[in-house]
Amino acid sequence: MAVKNANNFVGVLRNNSLTASQKFRLIKVKMNRFLLGFNDRKGFLLKLVIYTLLLSIGFVYLYPVLFMFITSMKSLNDLLDQAINWIPSSLYLDNYSQAYSVLNIRAALTGSFMIAFAPTVLQVVVSSLVGYGFSRFEFPLKKLWFGLMIFSFIIPPQILMMPTYRLFSELGLTGSLNAFTFPALLGQGLNSTIFILIFYQFFRQTPKSLYEAAEVDGANQLVSFFRIAVPMAVPAFIVSFLFSFVWYWNETYLTTLYLTSSSTDITTVLIQLQQFESNYEQMYPVTDASPNRINEGIKMAGTVISILPLLIVYFFLQRYFVESVDSTGITGE
Amino acid sequence: MKFKVKRETIYGYTFILPWIIGFLLLVLWPMIQSFYFSLNDMRITPHGLRFVYVGFNNYLNVWLQDMFFIEELVRFALDTLLRVPVIVVFALIIAMLLNQEVKFKGAFRTVFFLPVIVASGPVIDQLLEQGATSIPMVNQDVIVGILTSIFPMWIATTISDLFSQIITILWYSGVQILIFLAVLQKINPSLYEAAKIDGGSNWECFWKITLPTIKPIILINMVYTLVALANSGQNPIINLIYVNMFNATRGYGFASAMAWMYSVIIGLMLLVIFLAFREKKSKRAF
Repeated sequence: MAVKNANNFVGVLRNNSLTASQKFRLIKVKMNRFLLGFNDRKGFLLKLVIYTLLLSIGFVYLYPVLFMFITSMKSLNDLLDQAINWIPSSLYLDNYSQAYSVLNIRAALTGSFMIAFAPTVLQVVVSSLVGYGFSRFEFPLKKLWFGLMIFSFIIPPQILMMPTYRLFSELGLTGSLNAFTFPALLGQGLNSTIFILIFYQFFRQTPKSLYEAAEVDGANQLVSFFRIAVPMAVPAFIVSFLFSFVWYWNETYLTTLYLTSSSTDITTVLIQLQQFESNYEQMYPVTDASPNRINEGIKMAGTVISILPLLIVYFFLQRYFVESVDSTGITGE
Repeated sequence: MKFKVKRETIYGYTFILPWIIGFLLLVLWPMIQSFYFSLNDMRITPHGLRFVYVGFNNYLNVWLQDMFFIEELVRFALDTLLRVPVIVVFALIIAMLLNQEVKFKGAFRTVFFLPVIVASGPVIDQLLEQGATSIPMVNQDVIVGILTSIFPMWIATTISDLFSQIITILWYSGVQILIFLAVLQKINPSLYEAAKIDGGSNWECFWKITLPTIKPIILINMVYTLVALANSGQNPIINLIYVNMFNATRGYGFASAMAWMYSVIIGLMLLVIFLAFREKKSKRAF
């Protein structure tokens, strides 16, 4: 009745059929609902807290990147001008065109994509199979292998580097993409323990009765892996793919070790970025009269170019996060 | 029945076979070599590698001769003790916030992916150089001043310590946030609906549904956080190992011994985390 009519505060106040105390009570209820929420609706206070937290922490992450981006848009005059902090005086894209040519972008991007993509796919597939093996089956010595896997994760990789490098050169893996795909194929790529652990947990959450039902229907192990386990663990695949891609993309220590020490044409954006200054000086020799000194703006432009592909990949993959909510139809568990 | 068990063994080993081969070839073999190095006084000479067997002397020397190792180790252990739980709890909170219906979800999620990209690459070094990873508006001295005027000294220093680490903590939690986000997606929404119908509050839902489901993932995140902190390039012990590797008087053998001691200690810390989680599990009556 009255509650239904009074859709807003003004309505409540103007409604002459109510006494003052009724009005007061109604407003109090409404304020309560507005501030604290009811049923599934979140109250204003909670929303305020959520957005404040997200915005302020997001700002902390965004600030350096924004700083980088702005600096990359500044001309030399803007960089030297103390008064110009956040908004460059004009749209200045020369830094990008210079960084673009210094980075040798076509070769570097191709190399980066090859090194990031191929081992990532292998690593994700193999890790998921291994994780499935660990989670689904009971077999002798399982705990031992599991423990060894975790221990191999905590040994500082630096100390294994030299024996590994010698092994790789004996196997003839250095100097080509094989130095990355081969370990990934054998489940020993970058940080692959964490991927195996993630898959292990995701597959364990799938109800056992689903597999049993499939087996009763005559599915073999591979079929039940691909038709049951994989669709139930899509978020794990996305997360693993993203991490693996980023980590391979950003890897400079291994790429320098395996690629540049032997003669290959493969180069990556990150290696080019490391050699940015020397490359720049080669391309734009410094003479007394010329303004061709490297500055922060150009360096930052190079850095922005190096992280841009990762952001694009992420932006397109993150929407699949939500679309994998499963309904198993298994009851009575 | 016995046949069944045997078949499961075959299946299990078939699935993990690639990993076992990789482990034996690419991890165990270098590990054995590195252990052998650690028992020797090893030098890299122009004529190749030169070994002088010294037994466990390198290990003794790590504890007795190196002045920095123990000091750094203690500092690292205390730091980690503080950071691991803070990072994991923080990541969980952020993931839960991002998992809700918020406006500009895609934009927020992209922003929270930034630390994954930035912290693993060379970008972080550049940013640290520029001082861009500290919050510009917050003046540390002022906060410390206020804190010391209110609290006794030791509380104030702990809080301000944590505060000065906040930014680092934030940057190290990108991966964990995404892992949590992935697992939160998997929780069946009908569970929450059922709980709501039975009159459960959000708070109860969190403790009774969310937390038990994601508990194993919390453990994984703790493992990851610990290892990421332990093996990051910013860790002084890793730098110490690295410096010793090419040191004229100490050499590779000494560095290997140090790395082995270090991994054993990290292993022990990991074991503590595992035990802490296992104990709670047995207490829960299912």
